[in-house]
Amino acid sequence: MTDLVVSLFLLVGAGFMFVAALGLLRMPDLPMRLHATTKAGALGGGLMVIAVGLEFFGDVAVAARAAAIIIFIVLTAPIAAHLIGRAGYFVGVPMWSKTLKDELKDRYDAQNQVLLSPGEVHSDDQPGKDKAD
Amino acid sequence: MLEVSIFVSYVILSIALGLTFVRLVIGPSLPDRVVALEMIATLTVGFIAIYTLSSGVTAFLDVAMVLALTAFLAAVAFARLITKGGGVHHD
Repeated sequence: MTDLVVSLFLLVGAGFMFVAALGLLRMPDLPMRLHATTKAGALGGGLMVIAVGLEFFGDVAVAARAAAIIIFIVLTAPIAAHLIGRAGYFVGVPMWSKTLKDELKDRYDAQNQVLLSPGEVHSDDQPGKDKAD
Repeated sequence: MLEVSIFVSYVILSIALGLTFVRLVIGPSLPDRVVALEMIATLTVGFIAIYTLSSGVTAFLDVAMVLALTAFLAAVAFARLITKGGGVHHD
């Protein structure tokens, strides 16, 4: 019975990992690739670590480590994806040619990387350094 | 039963690693390659999980934990490098 549950978690996790890698390879631009790897990759890794925790059920040390790994993956994957996507947007990585809308276009001040409010016009004569922090 | 699913998981993850490596090689920009590196780190955590199951040595979970931490720090460092003047892909 335990073997069945562990196998289920393991195979589903590996499947999600495979879907993440497939999305990374096949998606057309950087944000979509991030979307694929962050969510499916974190879910797949979490499921596989859950399988390990179930196999050694009752061992508190293993359960604590498994929980720590899962919490860590779930906490850090979105942060890393956000940072990479932000960096890619700043250096001008091209988006997909069929992208309908880029809401950040002309909102970012390229010099100090400050996001302007809606309706606020980007002006070159005001550096706006004091708004950076 | 469990041995078969461990083997199948190894095979699936190996294929996924191959796909990720293709993206790492052909990735048109540096952020794409950083995403591929992040994915490779996550896949390695999965490999370590499978190997913990097949070998029964639970100390490998510590390796997985440290690897996840290191991969996150690497992603943050790469993002900073790209933002602060590492954008070499368009110049």
